[in-house]
Amino acid sequence: MTDGTETTVSPAAPASAAQAAMRAVLDASAVSRALTRIAHEILERTQGADDAVLLGIPTRGAHLATRLGGQIAAVEGLELPIGTLDVTMYRDDLRLRPARAIKRTEIPSGGVDGKLVVLVDDVLFSGRTIRAALDALGDIGRPRAVQLAVLVDRGHRELPIRADYVGKNLPTAQRETVQVRLAETDGQDAVLLGVKGAGAR
Amino acid sequence: MKRHLLSTADLSADDATLILDTAAELARIADRPIKKLPTLRGRTVVNLFYEDSTRTRISFETAAKRLSADVINFSAKGSSVSKGESLKDTALTLEAMGADAVVVRHWASGGAYRLAHAGWIRSAVVNAGDGTHEHPTQALLDAYTLRSRLGSLEGRRIGIVGDVLHSRVARSNVRLLSTLGAEVTLVAPPTLMPFAVEGWPCSYSYDLDPVLPKLDAVMMLRVQRERMDQAYFPTEREYSRRYGLHAQRMAALPQHAVVMHPGPMNRGLEISAEVADSARSTITEQVANGVSVRMAVLYLLLGGSEPAIGTENEGGAT
Repeated sequence: MTDGTETTVSPAAPASAAQAAMRAVLDASAVSRALTRIAHEILERTQGADDAVLLGIPTRGAHLATRLGGQIAAVEGLELPIGTLDVTMYRDDLRLRPARAIKRTEIPSGGVDGKLVVLVDDVLFSGRTIRAALDALGDIGRPRAVQLAVLVDRGHRELPIRADYVGKNLPTAQRETVQVRLAETDGQDAVLLGVKGAGAR
Repeated sequence: MKRHLLSTADLSADDATLILDTAAELARIADRPIKKLPTLRGRTVVNLFYEDSTRTRISFETAAKRLSADVINFSAKGSSVSKGESLKDTALTLEAMGADAVVVRHWASGGAYRLAHAGWIRSAVVNAGDGTHEHPTQALLDAYTLRSRLGSLEGRRIGIVGDVLHSRVARSNVRLLSTLGAEVTLVAPPTLMPFAVEGWPCSYSYDLDPVLPKLDAVMMLRVQRERMDQAYFPTEREYSRRYGLHAQRMAALPQHAVVMHPGPMNRGLEISAEVADSARSTITEQVANGVSVRMAVLYLLLGGSEPAIGTENEGGAT
């Protein structure tokens, strides 16, 4: 779920035309290196991440959270609680589009009270998804602190929100679209840059 | 415009599955400390009830409040309706107050359709039971309960037993469950079997005992004494003996089969107390699921810029 950049690529859709117009900015190994670095930064900044909880924003943020959890376990041998947080019902643009399907919210059994919650999303754009996520989190509990990890920060913020951990800062124009593809949902890892209307909806 | 929920006949399999999936996600907020979502903040939902109801009205009220909508309850008793106000004038009043959705229960079949299509109001209309016609959200919560107990509805055999003639729950369920791939069998005495039932997407029988061993679920219907204007069966004891579900009959059901009842129950008539309170009974589960399903319906009708469910020609096929 990324503001205005979410492009659902179903396997059945003719992706070739869309792909032709999109340029890869990160390939699979670059995505993997970015995630490894974020995992290390989380460990470093939180001094071991003892009380951290990773919450991914569906769909791709949830997969990224799972991968970050795996990386942290590989480095430190520490199994962090991992969950998902759907923000659909908290969005401020619900009335601008037809009602959307709700995705899964799965809070780890330990809850979030007094924990350090690291929100994970694929693309940071206007910041409105993250605002919705903060509201959703407030209804679930009271974390000690909330941090934000994103794979791509493409700029154009509309709210005073910033990320604590960024995989790649990607300067873009408003008319461009950023698409994150992950092996779990799209068969391969990549970050693609394209122009709105050319392939992307 | 597709913006009402009047009949389960209007729901495609995809629509129904979307409602049930949405309800499954929304059910999870019942476990949270703050059981509320901000989604319908500033919207007004009117419960317009021309017939008595406990669980449906409370269920819709809870659902709307969990989505942060404002709720106005309006029942015929204690309002201007008892002074003789017509449905039209009541509707115009609601329109003037700016209702976004009207949940209506009416004693006349087609009451909800009339309200939706007469041009009196612009709000979404949700049918909460109209006469002996339809009660779509009850069928949806029954389908939800069946799906959570049996996994899937595809190819499942569901028996609907009792006063089918007067039952809007049976009509809504036959359409919805067959849309979702289940095989429905109606069981009732000939006097309580509707005319032209041959044309419905289900089979039927006048005998309960041969049907029971093949069922995955049996839904017992209430004998609606208040709608019975003549003698449909000789005595209650005879009805209970032939069509009531008691412990001995329940033993004929397969091990995994569940027992449902839309409520309110006549204990001892269509269902024995022992069966109603058994582990196989989903009756209280159905009530809890009702809130989730009604939240899903209100969200999908009111949550976005346009409704996500329904068809162009809602309520047309009756």
